[in-house]
Amino acid sequence: MPYRRINIWKTIDWWTIGLFFILIIAGWLSIYGASYDFDRVGIFDITGRAGNQLLWILISVVVGFSIIMVENDWYDIFAYWIYGFIIVLLIATIFLAPDIKGSRSWLVLGPLNLQPAEFSKFATALALSKFMNQYKFKLMDWKNFGIVLALIATPMLLTLMQHETGSALVILAFFIVLYREGMPGTFLFIGFCSILFFTLNIKYADLMLGETVVGEIIVLLLIIGIVTGWVYKVKKDKTLEKYALIGVLSLLSIATVIYAFHPYNLTIAAFSILGLLFLFLIGLAVKYWLRDYLFIAFFALFSVGFLFSVDYFFNKVLEPHQKTRIQVTLGVKDDPIGAGYNVKQSKIAIGSGGFWGKGYLNGTQTKLKYVPEQDTDFIFCTVGEEKGFLGTSIVLTLFLTLIIRLIFLAERQRSTFNRIYGYSVASIIFFHVAVNIGMVIGITPVIGIPLPFFSYGGSSLLAFTILLFIFLRLDAGRSERL
Amino acid sequence: MQQFNPDSRKYLIIGGICAIIFIYLVQLFYIQVIKDDYKIMADNNAFLKKTLYPSRGMLYDRNGKLLVFNQPAYDLTIVMKEVRPFDTLKFCNIVNISKEYLIKCLEDIKNRRINPGYSPYLPQTILTQLGEKEFGILQEFLYKFPGFYIQSQPVRKYNYPHAAHLLGYMQIVDRQNIFDDNYYSMRDYIGKSGVERSYESVLRGEKGVEVLLRDSHGRIKGKYENGIYDRKPVSGKDLILSIDIELQKYGEELMQNKMGTIVMIEPSTGEILCMVIKPDYDPALFVGRQFRENYTHLLNNPEKPLFNRALSAMYPPGSTFKAAQGLVFLEENIITPQTMFTCYHGFPLGNGRLRCHGHESPLSLSPAIGTSCNSYFCWGIKSMLENKKYGGTGNAINRWHDCMVNLGLGRKLGIDLPGEKGGFIPNAQYYNKKYKNRWNAFTVISIAIGQGEVLTTPVQICNMASQIANRGYFYTPHVVKNIKNGELDTTYTKRHYTGVSRLMYDPVIDGLRLAVTNGTCWGAWIPDIEVCGKTGTAQNPDKDHSIFMGFAPKDNPQVAIAVYVENGGYGSEFAVPIGRLMIEKYLRGGSIAEYSKWFEYNVKNNIPAGRRNAIQED
Repeated sequence: MPYRRINIWKTIDWWTIGLFFILIIAGWLSIYGASYDFDRVGIFDITGRAGNQLLWILISVVVGFSIIMVENDWYDIFAYWIYGFIIVLLIATIFLAPDIKGSRSWLVLGPLNLQPAEFSKFATALALSKFMNQYKFKLMDWKNFGIVLALIATPMLLTLMQHETGSALVILAFFIVLYREGMPGTFLFIGFCSILFFTLNIKYADLMLGETVVGEIIVLLLIIGIVTGWVYKVKKDKTLEKYALIGVLSLLSIATVIYAFHPYNLTIAAFSILGLLFLFLIGLAVKYWLRDYLFIAFFALFSVGFLFSVDYFFNKVLEPHQKTRIQVTLGVKDDPIGAGYNVKQSKIAIGSGGFWGKGYLNGTQTKLKYVPEQDTDFIFCTVGEEKGFLGTSIVLTLFLTLIIRLIFLAERQRSTFNRIYGYSVASIIFFHVAVNIGMVIGITPVIGIPLPFFSYGGSSLLAFTILLFIFLRLDAGRSERL
Repeated sequence: MQQFNPDSRKYLIIGGICAIIFIYLVQLFYIQVIKDDYKIMADNNAFLKKTLYPSRGMLYDRNGKLLVFNQPAYDLTIVMKEVRPFDTLKFCNIVNISKEYLIKCLEDIKNRRINPGYSPYLPQTILTQLGEKEFGILQEFLYKFPGFYIQSQPVRKYNYPHAAHLLGYMQIVDRQNIFDDNYYSMRDYIGKSGVERSYESVLRGEKGVEVLLRDSHGRIKGKYENGIYDRKPVSGKDLILSIDIELQKYGEELMQNKMGTIVMIEPSTGEILCMVIKPDYDPALFVGRQFRENYTHLLNNPEKPLFNRALSAMYPPGSTFKAAQGLVFLEENIITPQTMFTCYHGFPLGNGRLRCHGHESPLSLSPAIGTSCNSYFCWGIKSMLENKKYGGTGNAINRWHDCMVNLGLGRKLGIDLPGEKGGFIPNAQYYNKKYKNRWNAFTVISIAIGQGEVLTTPVQICNMASQIANRGYFYTPHVVKNIKNGELDTTYTKRHYTGVSRLMYDPVIDGLRLAVTNGTCWGAWIPDIEVCGKTGTAQNPDKDHSIFMGFAPKDNPQVAIAVYVENGGYGSEFAVPIGRLMIEKYLRGGSIAEYSKWFEYNVKNNIPAGRRNAIQED
């Protein structure tokens, strides 16, 4: 292949590098603030956490710039090798890692503790990019899609086996990449629906309206609504579709009127309507021999199936602490001593910051260790308490800028490999930020994943640096290959 | 599904990301800027406002004898995280509890339902108020029980087992106390009765505070801002009570095995010299671990030892009321000191003859008081109520009511002790309602002799003696003579005039003297002390209550007294000798004459007939 030598120091995206430095330095100062104690270990003292983190920052910067020096092709060439190596490492970790707080994800190498799961993200991104970069690659080919899913699922399952649920979930971020690369939106829509149904069903599971369980009836009505709306959008047989809409609406009204005079279990009515809709759709599918109607019919069927498996999954499959975490997040349960404690304390810390914050190193909540894991997963609390809304909004905006910048960079790539990798970087960082900060401010359940560039921890920082800098290298060399 | 638009997907992705970040910003703005709760919770988290308790004011008697003071008691606390296996048997033996109880205590501490503030890093109270002896031994062996600590918490200590009702007791605050006054917090002590309650704000002092920073385990990390927000506690003020503890003690001895009360007041100041209430209890019973047990026991006692009869019991005043009647009739010009009424063994008019005992007739006021003639006062009240100058019986009785109130009857006096009752003096409105406007002087005739609807408390009767002794005024009775480094409420240093002029008192006082020299109060006759007095008998469904009211000496009076002996029969039976002995004891400075010993022996060994059965059952 023809090459063009270019000066990568001129083409590299200094904006992103600038954001990277701002974030790691802000993170470093926050760690000092979070671990700041009355013992007053200096910020540069490597026995303290801030000093230790500084060491990792230096290592990461060196590694990051080394990555930029590496030839562009290497990542493409070695993608599978790296992926394979990481998978082996993940398997080894399951057997070799000691039990640290119930998780077996740390490889102890002398004085160093490494978390291979952190590095599986960039490895998976490389492998995925390489696989999807094939000539005339079609994602929605069943075989291809299967391999893509396997590439994503393998590290995910291996991480789950290390009891690192958080890190395993992060791999789901790749679905954003797949969507960009042509995976039907229906998949995301179904994913979204399942989360919505799950949430509503659990949240209102104990609320009763006479004999009717509110959680169930809400989900069933949503399914009816979605199915009817969807049918209306197919626009094959407009008359019949309109009848379906009118029929459902009138049946619902009749059911409501009957309920007003003679209360009964509304779930039965909803089921009957869904059953009629299902038969109607099958009829339409047969009449026009159209897959769309069939698809909707099965969507309805599986949604109902999903609704009933949620209860089973929630009560039988999930472990009690996970159950409680979800219930606390949904506000069903108040558990200020147990699972709710972390979130409550982190909300207190952030909430007490006010608009301007209490000032650097003046946070009482973080200084006094009210927030657990406050220099790792809950590092954002320190920002919230000491820098106030000003600080938190700036940090959020910085992350948003970084992510959008990355998407912008990814979109300007000529090679599919670069673009997919770029999207992977943006998605993974976004997923981390969304889940981490969402957890800290009480929007998402407590899932222990670090805040990129902020959280204390060498593995996480190094892994994010590698992830980001490989993309920066690819981007810098985007015009090398002609 | 085959074709897709990469551009629109790019924007959808960016839009989705922006939307989520925006939601987060809104939530952050809400919890950081809009909502205040978290700021308060943060302060509660981080600042341990450690209360520094002031020492409570002490109580002295009028002669400077220390009555109530503070004594360190010891609470045993435990820090669960520091507890190592220890010799439970030895521990239980030292603190004198059973092993089962210890195990239960430990479980209760860890149970967050019972003990919501539990933290394994914080000291938790396991046993309260250890005795001196247990403390001593435990202190020595404490090193063997890691995680256990001793904390001192002062409690009240009593030098005398007397005057329990007057001194009052302390108790842990209840919800209502905290609600009413935010000075208090959980587990604080508050005066629940007696002086402890009415002078709570003087005695308690002012709590200090130390603002400490604490971490999530409750460990103290030092003072906040080097203690600029700290405040030192201010000790409570000591009180010098007006009671003479020796007199109080003597009174309680005389009243043993009886039910009733003795109240003595110094007329020139209104200071209460003693307030004996029987049955009573030892104030020390309300200190220590047995509080609840003892309290329940006393509360359930049918003789009501917790009841302050001197202030809260309302009895018909009986014949003692005749002195007040005399004053009112004279002041209202219904009679003159020379006015005479006849008496032939009773008052002949009205429904049901009011009977009287044998004495000469007719009588003027002084001998009428002296012999306690019922008819005289019935004629008197009849003349007053039927007097045209008031324009009707209703107005007349209202005037009579007002006069009585001015004499300190029928209203709360405002004594500085909780639980005072006002008694009752009827007025026109009351009778109009009771008799549906159909009543006249004869309907209500029994009020003439302190029966019927009239009700007074023993303190009011003593205060009546006091104002007669003063010839026209009284000070609100009070039990606190002085507040060390403080000012007594001016209510107690202000004269209250009775509205009866000084001259009118002489015939009444003569009558009261006559009662002692020639009449019903002969038992109160002391050769060298001119005692004035009046007996009374409060009618009671059971045996009548025996009452004595008096003061001495006649000129320049030093002491006023009221004695009530429940079911004691006639006043002369029990109340008079007790009154005599008390007066003598006080005026002679602590001793009684040889010839009074006979009274003392009799009083101490006689039990009122109504009480005999009850005593034997014990």
